[in-house]
Parts: sequence; C-alpha cells; structure tokens
Amino acid sequence: MNNILVFCEITEEQQVAEVSLELCSKARKLADRLGSRLDAIVIGNDIKNIEEQLFPFGVDSVFYVNDPRLSFYQTLPFFSTITKLIQEETPDIVLFGATAVGRDLAPRIASYLRCGLTADCTNLEIGDHTDAKTKTVYKDILYQIRPAFGGNIIATIVSPETRPQMATVREGVMKKEIYNENHKGVVRVLKTEDYINDNDFCIEILNRQIEAQKVNIKGAPIIVAGGYGMGSKENFALLHELAEVIGGEVGATRAAVDAGFTEIERQIGQTGVTVRPKLYIACGISGAVQHRAGMDQSAKIISINTDPNAPINSIADYTIIGDAMDIVPKMIKSYKNNML
Amino acid sequence: MNNKEFQIVVLAKQVPDTHNVGKDAMKEDGTINRAALPAIFNPDDLKALEMALACKDALKNIMDVKVSVITMGPSRAADIVRESIFRGADNGFVVSDKRFAGSDTLATSYALSAAVKKLGHIDIVFSGRQAIDGDTAQVGPQVAEKLNIPQVTYAEELVSLTENEIVIKRRLDRGVETVKAKFPVLVTVHGNANDCRPRHAARLLTYKKACSVSEIQSTDNGLQSTDIVSLWEKKPYLKIEEWTADDINPDFDRLGLNGSPTKVKSIENVVLTSKENKKINNSESEINDLMKELITAHII
Repeated sequence: MNNILVFCEITEEQQVAEVSLELCSKARKLADRLGSRLDAIVIGNDIKNIEEQLFPFGVDSVFYVNDPRLSFYQTLPFFSTITKLIQEETPDIVLFGATAVGRDLAPRIASYLRCGLTADCTNLEIGDHTDAKTKTVYKDILYQIRPAFGGNIIATIVSPETRPQMATVREGVMKKEIYNENHKGVVRVLKTEDYINDNDFCIEILNRQIEAQKVNIKGAPIIVAGGYGMGSKENFALLHELAEVIGGEVGATRAAVDAGFTEIERQIGQTGVTVRPKLYIACGISGAVQHRAGMDQSAKIISINTDPNAPINSIADYTIIGDAMDIVPKMIKSYKNNML
Repeated sequence: MNNKEFQIVVLAKQVPDTHNVGKDAMKEDGTINRAALPAIFNPDDLKALEMALACKDALKNIMDVKVSVITMGPSRAADIVRESIFRGADNGFVVSDKRFAGSDTLATSYALSAAVKKLGHIDIVFSGRQAIDGDTAQVGPQVAEKLNIPQVTYAEELVSLTENEIVIKRRLDRGVETVKAKFPVLVTVHGNANDCRPRHAARLLTYKKACSVSEIQSTDNGLQSTDIVSLWEKKPYLKIEEWTADDINPDFDRLGLNGSPTKVKSIENVVLTSKENKKINNSESEINDLMKELITAHII
C-alpha cells in the first residue's frame, strides 16, 4: 500500500496532541496528492472520542492500542507496536511530531526497519527525484525539507530506495486545518498481546512530575525582548502578542524586570540567562553591555528603538528607528497577512 | 572488591561550532565558510562524559569501573579522546575511515554500535542527546536499537546507581520523569545535566603527549615520530588507539553512503546579509518586506 501513517501522540490531558493534528492536516494533503489512504495510530489507555478528534482532519483509519499499562509513553512497547504495524501495513510515509516522545521513538523504529528518517522538517512535499549517478527516476517521493548546519542552510532530503519514508516535524510548523467535519473513517482496535511483549516493560517509571506550561526562554528559537523603554507592564502585553504570533518567547532586560514590567524568569543578560536564538527582536532596549552579554550570539538581531544612537544598534542586523508600540503591531499584521 | 569490571562507554563527537558563526566564518556571498569554524567537543556529549564519570565515582568503592570514550570522525577527533582522558576517562578510541564518509544517522549508528560491540561486555552506554551540527537526536536511540538494549533519553540527573540498576531523572517536554533501568542500557544526556568537571591537573601532565598514529604521521603537528614511538614503548597508555572500518568487523554495505538511506537532494544557503546593519524605515511596506525576508529564510 502507498498509504501514509501518522503517529498520534497523546498529551498529559489524554487528548491527541496539537502537533499530531497538524501532521494529520499536512498528511491529508500529501495523501490526496498521492491518491492514498491516511492512517493514524493511537496508543494509550482508554482514550475517549478518538473518532471525533481525528476524522475531521481527514484520517481514514485509526489503529488503536488500548492497554492500562500504556497510560504513559514508554519506548519499547510503542516501538514494538509501531514497527509491527508498519511491517503489516507497509505504509509509504510515516510521520511523527518532533516532541520528546517522537524524537525518542522514531529513530529507534527507523533503525530497526533500516529506513531513512529526517528530523525536524519544516516542510514536506511530494515530487520526483532523479539519482545523480544512476539516473534512476523515483516518482512521487517525499521531499523532507529542513534547516541544517545551525540554520545556515536549508536542505531537501529524500530517501528514495527505502520504505517507509519517515520524518519528524516540530509543533507549530504545519497548520492545523479541518479537512471535512463530516469525514468518516474506521477505528481498528489492535490486540495488545499481538504487538507487545512483557519484556518491553523493563524500564520502570518511578515518578512523573508534569508542570504547567512555563517560561522557557533558553530554548526558544525566537525571542521578543523588551527593555525599560517599553514604559509599562501594559505595553509588554504587545510583546507577548508578537511572540505568540511568530512562535517565540518574551525576554527582558534587568531594568525592565526591576521596573516590574515582567517576571524575573525572563531576564536576559549577565545576571539573567544567556540565549542564542535564531532571531532576537530587541524592543526599547538600549543595549548595555551586561544585556548584550546574554544575547549577542543570537543568529539575527532586530533592534527597535527611538534612539538612533542606542548601542544595541551596533550589533543589530536590522534597525528600525521608532516607537515599538507603533512598529510591533505592523509586524504582527504583516506576519498574519503573509502566513495565514 | 568484585571481580567483574563495570564497563561504561561514552559516545562523543567533534563538531564545528555552529552556534558561534562569527564574522570571520562568513564568506563575502553570505554563505558559511565551514573550515573557519573551530572544532569543539559536542556540548551534550561533554555532559554525557560527566554523567559517566559520576557513575564511576558512585561505584568505584565497590567495584572496578572503566569509562571508555568512542569518537567517530577524522583523525583530529583524537582531541576528543585526549580531552576526555584529561577529565577522567580511562581510555578512548578514534573510529576513523574514509569508508564512513557520507554516513547519515543510520550508517553512523551502525558503525558506532559495531565499535561498541568490539569492546565486549558493556553495562551503560552514554551519549549526548544531540550534536549541534545536526540537532537530530537520532544516533543515541539508533545505537540502542542496534545493540538491542533499552534506551533512556534526555537524562538530566543521575539519581542513584547500584551495581544492578540505575535511576535517572529525564526531561520531558513538560516536566520530568524518574525511571529505573537495569543493565545494559543506553542513556542520552540532556543539556540541562551537570557541566563536565574540568581537566584534572595531574592527568593533564600524565597524558599531555597522548596521540594517535595518524597524528604523528601528519607532518605539521610538531611531534617527532621516532621520539613518540620510543615513548609509547615505555608508556603504552600514551597511544590513542585508532580503529578503521576493518577493525570493527562490519557489513561494509551498511557503512557510509551505501548504508545511508537518506540522500541530500539539494541545498540552499540561507544568505545572511548580517552584521552589516540594515536600516528599516518605520513604514508598513518596509516592515512587511523585512517580515517576508524572515519568513522566506525560515527564521520565523
């Protein structure tokens, strides 16, 4: 079969994860392009409303493994189930979210099946590929597009000769869209004992502490940072809005934190955290050396400042002279127009 | 003292420092001059080394523990072995061969697993979660699969260790999980884990002259080969062992480009017009152009 299989991750709240729904949306388009079926696999314990959660996104069949021992993700039981299912169903393409779970699971499966896997794809397309040496033409294969080498190049990767073609995609990269509210598929319940061996439970989970989503500026690929020049806590809300829209986090200078504009967890600089995101947007930040020490390794810096002589401008790639309160809304509007 | 030696292997990689792409690494056309980037110890792998050494500390009073480092790469990757030994590793091996060239993660993990098997009985394999030149985080789980042993990924803290089991706190997307594993097991170490201990002064003195055969063969390193060979006779621990593909007894079809299912179809350089400051006027059209540029470059 040339169908596509999406691994649907279950969140702590026992729902299908956003990233999995985003993948189903993308996979539906690829399946339509290929004229193939879209399958999903769900592994968990007593997951409710699978049909309602997945069918509107265009899923044709859901393979469901339900077992009380599978309330939480564990590598080996998931690995055994999915590799066996792939061997039975022989999908052409298998997709995973590039989450802690997906990045633990997908490589082990690819290794077992000896097939290609591309991590953190930013786009997936279908196209033909001609091997440079043999001139063999491969029709309708998966283009796995991703940044590489610290984001300095964009590579298109193909795995023409092995099946399935596997890729992981980060949350927020693909767009989640309802395919058809009335789309109907089937749920096929798999018997746990046919897929999982008792030895697969050899790693014991002793304790789990799940946190509410919290600030993680260190790992954020994009940071929208505000300084004392933002003027007030209320004005900082605009930075949160920009960060939310473009998929970043909000950071701040010590002066802004001291003035009570935002939380100390967001402080960047010598006395805060050091960050090196792909993009740093500095709003109303003069650029004291203590602040620059925490962010000057950012790959790209945009400075928004009313002062043309602010020191931050000397390390910025782009400078926009003006009031952030005026400029940030224009950026939000532009992003929405171009992306949505 | 128990007779059985507890064996720990650390997989470490030498990487170009892609996080520090400075002005001098930038070519005039805005592309990256890779040769100008310094080669460093992959940061997560250094944390993996620390966790391995912490395991040795925890067990050394009840049994013999050996920490070995395996690195795959060109012969200059002997730097990784030397650095590891300065910080406390017992020995190290450079796996180096032109036949590994073009390896993707599958072929890399195959070669590494073959190298680990050459060491014989192993209790724990540590590796960094991911390498900064690829950020794929695939090689650890793939080596675990090839060795047919369980994996514990994203280890942040060594909670406890006995001769029979290890307890590890691992980082999830939204929290932490504590797990207990028996041996053998492969553990990938997260960047949140403890920093590696510094070089040990006495070890630095003892091992300063450690080098590999191909290092003394290359002419520009200032070492006199005859001196080194006579030194090795007296102090065999100064010889860093190198393994070629033949030494790890592989299926040659699974190495290098032949063993790599993924192929690079095309590459597009992200042109960084950067560090030369560009003034953007505060107008809707110029801001819109900037945003479009960032979107096209996959930055946002």
